[in-house]
Amino acid sequence: MSIWEYANPRKFMGWTGRLVPVFVVLAAVLIGVGLTWGFFFTPDDYRMGATVKIIYIHVPSAMMAINAWVMMLVASLIWIVRRHHVSVLAARAAAGVGVTMTLIALITGAIWGQPMWGTWWAWDPRLTSFLILFLFYLGYLALWQAIDDPDTAADLTSVLCLVGSVFAVLSRYAVNFWNQGLHQGASLSLDKEENVADVFWQPLVVTMVGFGLLFVALVLIRTRTEIRARRLHALEARERMG
Amino acid sequence: MPDLGKYGTEVLSAYLATIALLAGLIALTWLRARRVRAALEQAEARKKNG
Repeated sequence: MSIWEYANPRKFMGWTGRLVPVFVVLAAVLIGVGLTWGFFFTPDDYRMGATVKIIYIHVPSAMMAINAWVMMLVASLIWIVRRHHVSVLAARAAAGVGVTMTLIALITGAIWGQPMWGTWWAWDPRLTSFLILFLFYLGYLALWQAIDDPDTAADLTSVLCLVGSVFAVLSRYAVNFWNQGLHQGASLSLDKEENVADVFWQPLVVTMVGFGLLFVALVLIRTRTEIRARRLHALEARERMG
Repeated sequence: MPDLGKYGTEVLSAYLATIALLAGLIALTWLRARRVRAALEQAEARKKNG
């Protein structure tokens, strides 16, 4: 069977209906364990004090903010190339989750930055690219709302997604491109020396996996809702035509 | 409750903001899913009954 058959709306509703509860339970357990471990059972950092506990919400949300846009990019490309409706509905579904993750990353970053840098905000490359990414999310969602014809909306939002991908990449790699600004480098890296200490790293990884699973669960639920909404729209249009 | 020292306000406000935003996202997702599902069931029932 071709992989595309899993994205057939009827098949998609079948297999995702079975998977959603699994993802919801796993996400709840891992986020619960990771945050409890990080908040209650890790020591303060010798430089940052107790503010290091913000890492368990700031890093996973920032990671998902970028990954959500990457997922939207892949789904949008599938729409542009193959005109596959479920893919573009999944992109729309992911945008609502991504914008929330971006907002969490911006808020927790500002709260963390105030005591560490002495300011809530700085026009640092990573912070600025993250703010622009947030504005792209808002623009993407507004564009979907503004256009009545679903295929036209899918075309235009897909193009916007391609353009916004520049800022998703910059959000991740800005600190490497411009060796300036307040924000530190990656918290997790394949280079062992760049990583945070193990005592913080372990609960952080658990929380990151939990946030990833929460993202998948929410995107599946929201995509299922978008598929139903499209079917409802079609039925109502048929009723109006008599 | 761990001793958060002089950073208690910052740490707790970051966690509370995150929990509030995640709870809002989950609630909105669930409510819209329920509303659309109910509306679709009604529309399909109307179609079935002619």
